[in-house]
Order: sequence, then structure tokens, then C-alpha cells
Amino acid sequence: MASPKLQAEHIHTAFMRDGKSMPVLQDINLEVADGEFVCLLGPSGCGKSTLLSTMAGFLSPSSGEIKIDGQVVRGPDPRRIFVFQERGVFPWLTVEGNIAFGLFRLDEAERKKRVAHYVKMVGLEGFEKAYPAALSGGMKQRLEVARALAVNPDMLFLDEPFGALDSITRLTMRGELLRIWEAERKTIIFVTHDIDEAVQLSDRVVLLSARPATIQQIVHIDIPHPRDISSARYLELRDGIFKQIGLAHRL
Amino acid sequence: MIVRLRPLALIVVLLLLWQITVSRAPAHILPTPWAVAIGMGELLQHGLLLKYVVASLFRVTWGFVLAVVLAVPLGLVIGWNRRADMAFNPLIQVLRPISPLAWIPIAILWFGVGDLAAIFLIFLGCFFPLLLTSINAVQNIPAVYLNAGRNFGLSPAAVVARVLFPAVIPQLIVGMRITLGVGWLVVVAAEMIAVNSGLGFLIVDARNAGDRYDLVVAGMVIIGLIGLMLDIGMRSLQQLKSLRWSYSED
Repeated sequence: MASPKLQAEHIHTAFMRDGKSMPVLQDINLEVADGEFVCLLGPSGCGKSTLLSTMAGFLSPSSGEIKIDGQVVRGPDPRRIFVFQERGVFPWLTVEGNIAFGLFRLDEAERKKRVAHYVKMVGLEGFEKAYPAALSGGMKQRLEVARALAVNPDMLFLDEPFGALDSITRLTMRGELLRIWEAERKTIIFVTHDIDEAVQLSDRVVLLSARPATIQQIVHIDIPHPRDISSARYLELRDGIFKQIGLAHRL
Repeated sequence: MIVRLRPLALIVVLLLLWQITVSRAPAHILPTPWAVAIGMGELLQHGLLLKYVVASLFRVTWGFVLAVVLAVPLGLVIGWNRRADMAFNPLIQVLRPISPLAWIPIAILWFGVGDLAAIFLIFLGCFFPLLLTSINAVQNIPAVYLNAGRNFGLSPAAVVARVLFPAVIPQLIVGMRITLGVGWLVVVAAEMIAVNSGLGFLIVDARNAGDRYDLVVAGMVIIGLIGLMLDIGMRSLQQLKSLRWSYSED
């Protein structure tokens, strides 16, 4: 593997709760290649969102280091955008305003061009002047992805971005995300607790255990896109992960 | 159209009931609406009504504007800064429950009988609700908005201007609307004691100068109507499209 885009080295994180230290992440070691699509998969509450926030620089680990392009991460950075679980679009800005939010360093003409390009890419033409309140859940999620892509980041962190959508919209959005990823080749780290979602989307699935999270297994998904989700290999990989997670949950 | 007329119809019916009940009552319990209307006309004729309305509005405006100018920035800073919150919170919690009316003697001691005392009381009545609204508004901003602002590389000043400020505006406007109502309540009480003009003074004066209850009720009606107009004015702020986002969401 060429020099990795992201390295997590011996990440430990503990939160203080009621005066007691509660471990959340335990010795996480991971390398992600440039342009790779990696899913972090684990039961809810296992700490996968904590790991993602740490990678994005919103949280500092108790010990260990996250390196991106060989540099230790010390805070959030516009080169890597976090797409929030709880719909982080700004309700006081229009669709255009949201997409332009991070483009304040560009001149007017370039900004307009960028906004128009990403409005089109995520299929929000005709809604440029609409406020998020007038958009459906799926449109808001696409808007947030567009806002992230507009600043041309090298990396995207997505925290269960489609969790709140209905199942049909969710499937469409997965297709959209893959299309965008294939077009722009960003490095994507995607948190989910949905096994199918992980196997449909990613190059590798990182299986996390229940809290405190440790990396249980890393599964390579060696199926080319577009993936046939009824193929034998798909089902084999999916069932393998099911089994692995089932073991982790054995009482 | 008929639906819109319903509240008006109800008022007309109540006025009729009022007129009938009072005229049949054995003792003098209230002036009739007709007498109140005549009283209002009398006040208008003498130019007193306009003068008193302007005096009251003048005091409320100053008290309210001063409170907005001081309480909102202070509240935003306290809400933004945990240490400031810890330092100021106990003091605010002690001062807040003291009715502005309890300050009347001190207001007169400091400012004498006159506009300044009344304005000071209105200011006090508006200051604490606005301060608390601003503090809460900042503390209620969802962390995801602030994180998103930081993620896109905004400087701290830009986070304040482009995220914090727009995020708190809707709550601030609601707070200002409620607070202006409080100011309008306080002005009447303040004018009963601390000044010699205004609608509150009119009410006390009408009673003292010969039990003119027609003028007392006329004053009350005017206070109600102006209060309604102030509220409608503030509500129209909420309708501004760029400020309306939190009211129309989901």
C-alpha cells in the first residue's frame, strides 16, 4: 500500500461519567488509503461515532494519534468535511447559501459556478432559493453532501448520514453517493450500523466490537461496482459479517 | 370573511351584555360602554389622550431599547462563555425574581419623580427576561451548527457572525416580543406612582379627581388596544422570510 491517507495509531479514548473513567475506544489501529471507501460498522453506542469525530479532529483521543497525510490531526479542517448525523444544514440559509457556506475564500464568479455545479450534481435544480424547511429529508441530506463537496475536500466523514431516511430514499442516496465517489474519488469514511449498507458501499468494512470498541475484523469487499446484491459473493460476505457480529453479541 | 368577523361579533355581543347588565344593576359597579366612549371622546377633545399615549410609548421605547442594547450582547457573551455563565448566574437568579415594582422607591430616590424613574423601571422589567432569553438562545444552539462552522475553517469571529447570530435570532425575536409586553405592563404601574403623565397616571388621576370611572375604563381600553398593536408589530418581525426559518421547520 502506498503511503496511507489516514493512520489511526493506538487510539484510546475514555469519557468521564459520574466521576468514573469509561473507556470508549481501545487501541484502535487503522490505515486508510487515498481514495478508499471505508465503513465503520458496529452496534449502536459502540463508539464508532466517537472514532469518526476523533478522526475529523472534533475530539482529542486520550492517547494515540490520528495522522492524515502524515500530519497529526489537531482540529477540524476544511480539507476534510464531516457530514453530520443530525442534519447539519443551516436552516437560516437557502440551498445556495448552504452550498456557498464554505466558499468564502473564492471570488463571486467562481463561487457562483461552484454552487451551480453542486446544485446540479445532487439534483436540487429549481430549489436554489428554497430554505431547508421546504425540503424533504433526502433533499436536506443531499444538500449537506453538496455543501461538503463544494469546498473540494480530500476526505469526507459521514456519520450514519442516511439513518433517518425512509428505505427507498436511502437506497437512492447510496447510489448517489457511490456515483459521486466514483466521479470525485474522495477518501470516504462512513459510519453505519447497517450491515447491508456497509457491504453495498465500501471497499473495506471495519467491524467494531461493543463498547469499549476494538477492531474485531476488517473485511475486504472484493465485488466490483455496480454491485449485484443478490450475487453469491455479496451474500457470503454479508453473512460472514452477520456471524461475526452475532459472536460479539453472544450472551 | 365570516370567520374573520367572529371575534368582532363576540366583542359587540359582550359590549351589549355589559351595557344591559350595568344599566340594570342596583349599585354603581362600572360605567357603561357608552359612558366610556363619551369619556374617551372627552379625553381626545382636550388633547390629553394623544399626549398620554405618546408619553407612555416614549417611556416604554426608551426602557425597552436600553434593555435590548445592554441585555442582548451581555446575554450572548454569558451564554457563549461557560466561565461568565458560572460567575453571573447566581446574581442574575437573585435579581430576576424581584418585581420591577419593588424598585419604585429606589427609582424615585435615584431619579426623582419623572421620566427617568419610569424608564428605569421599564428597563429593569425588560432587562432580565431579555438577558435570560439571550443566554438560553446561545446555549440551545445545536452543537452540529457550531461544529459545521468550525469544520469549514471559519475564524471564531466568523463563527459568531455566520452561525451563532443567525441561530439565535428567532429565539431573540420571540423574547423581544414577550418582553415588550412586559414593558407595557410595567409602564402603567410606574406611571401610577413615579410620574405625572401617561396612561397609568390617567387612571389614578381620574379616580382621585372625583371618581371618574368612565375615564378609568377608557384608559384601560386604550392600554389594551395599544398593547395589541405593539404585539402585532413585533409579530410582523417574525414573519420576515429570512428570520422565519425556525417557525416553519417541520
